[in-house]
Amino acid sequence: MKNFNFLLAAWMAVWAVFFVYELSVASRVSKLRDDIESLKRQLKE
Amino acid sequence: MRSRVPITIAAAALIFFAGYAALFIAPDERTMHEIQRVFYFHIGLWTGMYTALGLAFVGNVAWLFTRKPQWDWLGVSSVEVGVASCTGGLITGVLWGKPAWGIWWTWDARLTTCFILWLLYISYLILRGLIEEPQRRATLSAIFGIFAFLDAPLVYASNRLWRTQHPSPVLFGGPDSGLDPRMVRVMLIAMVAIVFVVLLVLADRYRLEKLRHELDELQLAAELRSAAPNSVAAKELS
Repeated sequence: MKNFNFLLAAWMAVWAVFFVYELSVASRVSKLRDDIESLKRQLKE
Repeated sequence: MRSRVPITIAAAALIFFAGYAALFIAPDERTMHEIQRVFYFHIGLWTGMYTALGLAFVGNVAWLFTRKPQWDWLGVSSVEVGVASCTGGLITGVLWGKPAWGIWWTWDARLTTCFILWLLYISYLILRGLIEEPQRRATLSAIFGIFAFLDAPLVYASNRLWRTQHPSPVLFGGPDSGLDPRMVRVMLIAMVAIVFVVLLVLADRYRLEKLRHELDELQLAAELRSAAPNSVAAKELS
């Protein structure tokens, strides 16, 4: 198939963009949750 | 978190079905052949981008009228997701342009207005990072967001208003435009799949903004408590 490599690259780019972005959101959420928990513990003490 | 499992499975199933439909169900296009199949995801990404930036516009306007932080959260979350979608749209466009036109990029009206849109929303995100005070940050970024959104209809209309290297519209483009009905069906499946993913990611990004707000309040409570341990405000906030 002519140009199949371009088609495959475009297909992968679509999902790579969302996958990388979702990973960055998930890691930021997890860090914020840790910070919130540690602050809550500090406030209880 | 468990309630996310069926939604994630549904999104994955939609993505795979959309990919299958684009590769095997959609008919061959006579001049470009298989590279034309990029179209289904390219147009899906723009639909996702317009959905996200439309929500950002609603959030920005609503913040200016109500000053409720939820609207600001919607604004910034939607802009980030819209930028991700726009980035995907630009990348797929470049990867389609090279085999179809023989060039990766050209500064025609459609591509230029689209690149400006991407730059405007990147600037929006940079602007937010530069302002410390939350109310001021929300107001200035809402005003900038509304200004940036003015380019969105221009992107849509650019290949109707000017002659461009980018193809003329295939939908709502006049008597000579149109698509094979099977192509329309596959396009709709891809659009639904991408908009669904965009909304899922947006929900996560919104949750992040909500947590950030919660953290700010807790930090304020901790500061108040260390400054005046028995004050009513510190006790209420903690």
